[in-house]
Amino acid sequence: MTDLIRHTAAELATALASGATSSVEVTQAHLDRIAAVDGAVHAFLHVNPEVSLAAAKASDARRKAGTILNALDGVPLAIKDVLVTTDMPSTSGSLILEGWMSPYDATVVTKIREAGLVPLGKTNMDEFAMGSSTEHSAYGPTHNPWDLDRIPGGSGGGSAAAVAAFEAPFALGSDTGGSIRQPAHVTGTVGVKPTYGGVSRYGAIALASSLDQIGPVSRTVLDSALLHDIIGGHDRHDSTSLKDEWPSMAEAVRNANVKGLRIGVVSELDGEGFQPGVLARFHEALALLEANGAEVVEVSLPSLQYAVAAYYLILPAEASSNLAKYDSVRFGMRVNPVGGGTVEQVMSATREAGFGAEVKRRIILGTYALSAGYYDAYYGSAQKVRTLVQRDFAAAFANVDVLASPTAPTTAWKLGEKLDDPMAMWRGDIATIPANLAGIPGMSLPVGLAEEDGLPVGIQFLAPARADHRLYNVGGALESLLEEKWGHTLISQAPVLMEGAR
Amino acid sequence: MSDITAEQVRHLAGLARIDLSEAEIASMTLELGQIVEAVASVSSVATADVPITSHPIPLVNVYREDVVADVLDTAQVLTQAPEHDGSRFKVSAILGEEQ
Repeated sequence: MTDLIRHTAAELATALASGATSSVEVTQAHLDRIAAVDGAVHAFLHVNPEVSLAAAKASDARRKAGTILNALDGVPLAIKDVLVTTDMPSTSGSLILEGWMSPYDATVVTKIREAGLVPLGKTNMDEFAMGSSTEHSAYGPTHNPWDLDRIPGGSGGGSAAAVAAFEAPFALGSDTGGSIRQPAHVTGTVGVKPTYGGVSRYGAIALASSLDQIGPVSRTVLDSALLHDIIGGHDRHDSTSLKDEWPSMAEAVRNANVKGLRIGVVSELDGEGFQPGVLARFHEALALLEANGAEVVEVSLPSLQYAVAAYYLILPAEASSNLAKYDSVRFGMRVNPVGGGTVEQVMSATREAGFGAEVKRRIILGTYALSAGYYDAYYGSAQKVRTLVQRDFAAAFANVDVLASPTAPTTAWKLGEKLDDPMAMWRGDIATIPANLAGIPGMSLPVGLAEEDGLPVGIQFLAPARADHRLYNVGGALESLLEEKWGHTLISQAPVLMEGAR
Repeated sequence: MSDITAEQVRHLAGLARIDLSEAEIASMTLELGQIVEAVASVSSVATADVPITSHPIPLVNVYREDVVADVLDTAQVLTQAPEHDGSRFKVSAILGEEQ
């Protein structure tokens, strides 16, 4: 088989099954690709070829013995550094965890190992997943494979860029306010934030526990579905994990059909503040769905105007509490002040040296929002807005099957462009944040390139809690319709990366 | 509502155990003021009749069997400690001279 890196995970599984290739061959091809282009892309923080190849070899042995663990046994994947792994460091993009080796695997990592998947490495991210550009990574930004001077989105820019640059067929990500979906939007890839509780968060380094969710990142809707089917389901280690029996997401893609599907277009996310090229592609996609039997109606979610504000109170509040564990005592960095000091002074010196500017900003904001005298006005009010957002969604889903919007207001911006204005970066999360506040699932998939800058645009679909399969149905259908219309995939139009530009 | 002062930021940094530099306190005072102003809109719609949502999908009484499961042993826990004596974490003095 030639050009192994260009194949989807589903295609690789078929090729492995037929004996056309081996897991060692596929894994080596991706490791070679990483070595060739990651100097320029910087999607990975850690790769460990020895570990990856050992896992690939074990998979090939299982296949030979007829004891494969899953249809995807032997297919490689990338893992966002927010997920803890025993055989590679886990830093969550922070200096305070530099070199930290977890004594246990995250549940989703255990699940992919149990399915025989081969971990290629850990991907770059904004520090503790705080950001929309990966520029807040303590280890330097990731570059967008479509234009290396632009952001790959965030916080999961590393996983999205790795997949877009053919360094991995698919990857694991985490989404607290759009960290899977917005990187998918700006890199022309697919990303899914499952229903809150649908995928275990055990071993995901916590940012905001009531918003965080782990999910798949890929180049095709089917590949996300296949990964979703592996990582989903109940986990007794996560007390917020749902005990539901989930239908197969891959089956939803294979049987995709939008005839009679009712799609609600969110009027608050369609117009002012959105780039013309983003809106144009979005409306074309809706027209295509309509022409194929879907019914498109307009829906209003009036509470969305308060969603960003509520999110930027709830997230810092929960983060300030979650990040208290980096105390220089049990694990991670320790900095001793000059001349020594009490444990409290050591703690404060460590956190000053170990956290970046955005993390400090949000911890201080969260500490403020939780302090006596302000708690009701800020945190309490934000939690009430959450109720209002949930009510808006409930009312909308009484009349439609899924909701649709552009995934983000603009295409990828230039690295550095919004770094000095945190609020500008936060406002870009307007379309993705509501799903996290409400706990509902969301998907972003590519719908073309914006005319004014030739950069990828994504459409976002949202479904009611526990109806993740509806996203795979509509996403799978739209993807086929678009590819039929174009005669190619969108990602095949990405510029060729210079190899060996390290 | 948002008259954030440098003194307040210094106090918050103390509560959060972050040794901010004077330059950081100055820039954070400005930023925090702007941010707090921007997010204050939430209180305008958060009327008394709206209940709070702390958790997107409410679950109650999540129990597990009261048995020892796959827990880490002391040696595993200590492998990543900045300093330890083989059975305990080691830290510097808990109390300062003034206490």
